[in-house]
Amino acid sequence: MSFSVVTFKLLDGFTISCTIFFITLVLALPLGLLVAFCSMSRFTPLRWLTKTLVWIIRGTPLMLQIIIVFYGPGLIWEGDSLPRLTAALVAFVINYAAYFSEIFRGGIESISRGQYEAGQVLGMTKSQIFFKIILLQVVKRIVPPMSNEIITLVKDTSLSNVIAVREIIMEAQAFISTYALIWPLFYSGVFYLVFCGILTLLFRYLENKLSYFKV
Amino acid sequence: MAILEMHNIYKSFGSTEVLKGIDLSLNKGEVMTIIGSSGSGKTTLLRCLNFLEIPDSGKIIVGGDVLFDADDPNTQRESEIRKKRLHFGLVFQSFNLFPQYTALKNVTLAKELLMRDNPEFKKHKKAMLAQITEDGKALLKQVGLGDKLDFYPHQLSGGQQQRVAIARALALNPDILCFDEPTSALDPELTGEVLKVIRSLADKKTTMVIVTHEMAFAHDVADVIYFMDNGVIIESGPPCQVIDSPKEERTKQFLQRYRNT
Ligand SMILES: Nc1ncnc2c1ncn2[C@@H]1O[C@H](COP(=O)(O)OP(=O)(O)OP(=O)(O)O)[C@@H](O)[C@H]1O
Ligand SMILES: [Mg+2]
Repeated sequence: MSFSVVTFKLLDGFTISCTIFFITLVLALPLGLLVAFCSMSRFTPLRWLTKTLVWIIRGTPLMLQIIIVFYGPGLIWEGDSLPRLTAALVAFVINYAAYFSEIFRGGIESISRGQYEAGQVLGMTKSQIFFKIILLQVVKRIVPPMSNEIITLVKDTSLSNVIAVREIIMEAQAFISTYALIWPLFYSGVFYLVFCGILTLLFRYLENKLSYFKV
Repeated sequence: MAILEMHNIYKSFGSTEVLKGIDLSLNKGEVMTIIGSSGSGKTTLLRCLNFLEIPDSGKIIVGGDVLFDADDPNTQRESEIRKKRLHFGLVFQSFNLFPQYTALKNVTLAKELLMRDNPEFKKHKKAMLAQITEDGKALLKQVGLGDKLDFYPHQLSGGQQQRVAIARALALNPDILCFDEPTSALDPELTGEVLKVIRSLADKKTTMVIVTHEMAFAHDVADVIYFMDNGVIIESGPPCQVIDSPKEERTKQFLQRYRNT
């Protein structure tokens, strides 16, 4: 089995991994912000409902959640199950939105009340205060925990193989079962390493960009 | 004529009554200082003036307009309150500068945002923004920071930060500028530069309400001084009366304690 054949096969799988990564990121970030606002709502029932859901999602394994999203509909309503990739995406987006929401909440709550009040006293509207004053400070605070979480997401995409989504680990395992080749599995690690390396550089760049002020 | 009047202001937090019927009035171009022991409600009073707290009852009148009347819900709408705040400026004890903006931008930001409501803004955007920037530079020069326009707050000393905060509050031309212990978060050697700026504003007939623990300064800068204790005004009058020859027993005790420390 030639190196290039393995590489192309693994690249196929890695494309799926990246698809899960990017779609999860694009959907879970805004959803997480929304969830964060709900968990800080002044309306108590909404706050408790949100906190309970976040607790359940963060308190159970992502792998279990993927299995439930994929097999659940069939078992419970005898309905059609979702396509594999879609099911994985639904689980990832929900799971990561919960984690992101906690990071957003921590970031937003860490900004002192004085910042809001300074804006209020200067006649700013609520949205001006949020977008012109609070947001960038929150972004600066959450870049380090976010980069951790996002790098974890890269590696978590491999959990989708529990429902046979053909991501890179799945493809690598196929070489074991079909050709008794173990090295493609180790080789697959390189893809993760490179990708995480690029992300690390990106986040370091972002941190540097935001280092002109202190919060 | 009084530019500011407060009538019978009450404010409680839960079951703690903090303000128990405050009456005060201040003439245009004059300086009021408020003194009193910790927990007497001075900060709460300033926060009520700036609508950061809503009084439970009472009236606030500025230049003859009733800005706030606890009995009239029409004076308490959120959108109205935002405009009414512009009658007041507030300088916080802890500065509260916006860390991501330079000194100059801290001063100009609010005015730039307000400008967007102006119908002329679209047409004369460039000129208007340039004017705001010029005004901001002039204000920073006025507080002695003409050479620090592009510094970020964390690059400035506490005294410098507080002077930026004063310039920021002045940028919107408030009728009444309020200070809540503007020097108590500062090292002793930095209080002087801030007090000097406030002093110079007083000389320019800026109407101000200043809460302070600096007795000598309170005496020096004030046209009228109020002594507050436990949520009520105990005594008020010109400094030579309230500080030098107080009538009330509680004022005497407070000043006595002050001299001893
Ligand atoms: N948001 C709040 N919730 C509950 N109690 C409050 C709140 N704000 C102030 N208080 C209480 O009101 C009382 C007066 O507080 P305030 O800050 O107005 O006093 P102060 O005269 O400014 O004191 P200091 O000289 O220490 O600044 C205090 O007992 C304080 O605990
Ligand atoms: Mg206070």
